[in-house]
Amino acid sequence: MKLSTFKKGLHPEDYKYFSHDQAIETLPLPDDVYLPLQQHIGAACEPLVKKGDRVRTGQLIANSSSYVSAPVHASITGVVMDIEKYYHPLGMRATMIHIRREGEEEWELLEKIQDWKWTPKEKLLETIRNAGIVGLGGATFPTHVKLNPPDDKTIDSFILNGVECEPYLTADDRLMIEQSDKILLGMAIMMHILDVQKGYIGIENNKPEAIARMQKRVVELGYPFKVVPLKVKYPQGAEKMLIYSVLKRKVPYSKLPMDVGVVVNNVATAFAVAEAVTEAKPLVRRVITLTGDGVNQPKNLMVRLGTPFKDLFEACGNVKDDVHRIFMGGPMMGMTQYHLESPVVKGSSGIVAVTGELVEELTTFPCIRCGACVRTCPMNLMPLRLSKFTQEKKCEDLESYGIMNCIECGSCAFVCPANIPLVQWIRVGKIRLREHKAKKAKENA
Amino acid sequence: MTEKIQTSEEMEKETAVKTAPGSPEVKPEPEAPKPKKDPRSKLFRSDRMTIVAPAPHAKGKNSVPRIMYTVIAALLPAAIMSIVLFGTKAMVTLMVAVFAAMVAEFACNKIMKTGITVDDGSAILTGLLLALTLPPTFPIAGTALGAVVAIVFGKMVFGGLGANIFNPALIGRAFLQASFPVKITTWTLPALSGSGAYYDLITSKAVDTVTGATPLGLMKFEGIGTHLKPLLFGNIGGCIGETSAIAILIGGLLLVILRVADWRIPLSYIGTVFVFSGALWLIDPAAYPDPLFMILSGGLMLGAFFMATDMVTSPVTPLGTWIYGIGMGVFLVVIRIWGGLPEGVMYSILFMNGLVPLLNRWTRPRYFGEIQQEKKT
Ligand code: SF4
Ligand code: SF4
Repeated sequence: MKLSTFKKGLHPEDYKYFSHDQAIETLPLPDDVYLPLQQHIGAACEPLVKKGDRVRTGQLIANSSSYVSAPVHASITGVVMDIEKYYHPLGMRATMIHIRREGEEEWELLEKIQDWKWTPKEKLLETIRNAGIVGLGGATFPTHVKLNPPDDKTIDSFILNGVECEPYLTADDRLMIEQSDKILLGMAIMMHILDVQKGYIGIENNKPEAIARMQKRVVELGYPFKVVPLKVKYPQGAEKMLIYSVLKRKVPYSKLPMDVGVVVNNVATAFAVAEAVTEAKPLVRRVITLTGDGVNQPKNLMVRLGTPFKDLFEACGNVKDDVHRIFMGGPMMGMTQYHLESPVVKGSSGIVAVTGELVEELTTFPCIRCGACVRTCPMNLMPLRLSKFTQEKKCEDLESYGIMNCIECGSCAFVCPANIPLVQWIRVGKIRLREHKAKKAKENA
Repeated sequence: MTEKIQTSEEMEKETAVKTAPGSPEVKPEPEAPKPKKDPRSKLFRSDRMTIVAPAPHAKGKNSVPRIMYTVIAALLPAAIMSIVLFGTKAMVTLMVAVFAAMVAEFACNKIMKTGITVDDGSAILTGLLLALTLPPTFPIAGTALGAVVAIVFGKMVFGGLGANIFNPALIGRAFLQASFPVKITTWTLPALSGSGAYYDLITSKAVDTVTGATPLGLMKFEGIGTHLKPLLFGNIGGCIGETSAIAILIGGLLLVILRVADWRIPLSYIGTVFVFSGALWLIDPAAYPDPLFMILSGGLMLGAFFMATDMVTSPVTPLGTWIYGIGMGVFLVVIRIWGGLPEGVMYSILFMNGLVPLLNRWTRPRYFGEIQQEKKT
């Protein structure tokens, strides 16, 4: 059978063997959690508790009046120690609510929904917002916004993203194997909210067990979904690529998937939606992969949000002494970590520790115009020119070469034989272009 | 390597934009000291250094030296064949050219203070390619001079690897053609060509040197064709590395399979020559050479697989590559058939090299989703 996929892209070594047959383990409750006020794209939340307050698991502790935002819930039962700046895994310091565990765990649940099939759409969206659910694949865009497209857009298809194209990560894979029913339920709820009939589940065929399991449960539970096995290729998990792979639709430049009638959500998000709607549980935990050759016992862990990375590593037999890099997310797009006490946030899909054997220090050569980057870029850009224009500060050219189209997948830098940090330059270029435009707008005004 | 390129300022800006949209109070402070009352100090272990760098943290295995040495390895069949056919003289030419190119590169590195780049393999490759395009009787001093010119004026004056517009080896060869027009067109027939005489440099007895014309020269000026078998194996007059089509094809196909050379270039170049000259041959088989002869003779095979595919001087876009290859093919047939020279591979490649910057500009691929956007507006 010919598997569908998108054009271009590349095949990095996937290293999933470290953790792909480790069943999800639940980490014992941590002693301290640190919950950033902002774990999503959109407006930051305001804290609703103060130092010394007792909180229960699932209690709302920070919220925002803005629509594009997601509230934060206490992930353990205990006392608020302080609200201060701590290290955030995205490489900065951000305000977080520090809770210390105390006493027995008590839950504070959301408002119960009796039967979601007969509940109005608005009510379900409100529940999803109140549960603080965001895109758990790493994008962290508030899910209720995604599920509520403007009236002038017609949505006809829903794609569940089970691709997990980043090397190393296996959290979604395990979740699909172990929690397929809840994921399918979450998908059904989201499709009900969007009122779409066609549902697709995109899974790369390096996860045969997950494909088989999902396929089986879809048939057994009588869902009208289609499981679409995809050819393994990076960056298939990127929304635009996935939509092309599954439906052969191209999302136009500077448009969103909803403009071609599609909504994409991650399997972990579907799981969280199912828990929120049917069990009234807010988002206080997620599955995260701890892996890499720098970890003694790679694992998939179900952890409470806000758990410091340090606790996770302890549960995995700690990191080896020759660890070279630790990053959150996959190796292609992940952020390097410099403090092991940064907490797990909603967008943490994995933490990878690698030793020097896998990632080497490389010398940079001049560009030899081999065209590898052009042949690889899934967005059909010319990374060599974009990086050159950035260095030369040619902002008009940056725009005409479509720099804003770049999804920062890192494929170009991966293949470049001259080891030029192409995507890194492109990120700088985007900022330069934005600054340039702002300056121009000011001059014209 | 990555972290050295971006300044910290740029990195900070980036972090600010990427991670904190809409939240003015979240400022990137990667270097901020730990607050004193951080209760987690007991958890913190600072004795381990890890690298902080922007993604990606994985890297493909390909590298510039790897590409260069692969091309050199792929040239070995042609180089060995040249020694088999033309004896020690060919070997000396090869060695002199490679050595001179490396010395020239080293000297330029020192003078221009660019850091040593001899080990990336590109100088060796340039020397080797130049040698393979010289006739067996070419004087050693001339070979060395050509290699130096190739490196200095073909590559280093532009700023080193990656900055040149024209193929350095061909620049060297063009220089030699202009300076030694007679020497460079004096051909010795290979030792195996049937005359039975070995051209032996070691005993310095130039036994029975048989000079002869190249098949293209014979065709052009005397109207004599050459059979296909000698063209394939190389028992003909010509430059030391271009006579055996089979040896070149072995290496060339290796390059294409390893994706070091873009398959579109040899295909479009040789294909165009075949189709174009084939059309002429069909019109008048008596006046024009047959297409198989056209593609197997002269330096076309070597040029198409090893010179035109030089990454630095060929387009980066697929469409640009097709135009490049077809342009070279048309140019070559025109020179060979209507021009004043028997051979035109060098000029066709150099000419199209000059157009590459423009081709790259004109053939920018449409980015993903661009077509729909145009339709809509
Ligand atoms: S230019 Fe952007 S989209 Fe294209 S390969 Fe590089 S990072 Fe990916
Ligand atoms: S991959 Fe690197 S060396 Fe090749 S064209 Fe792109 S930037 Fe240049």
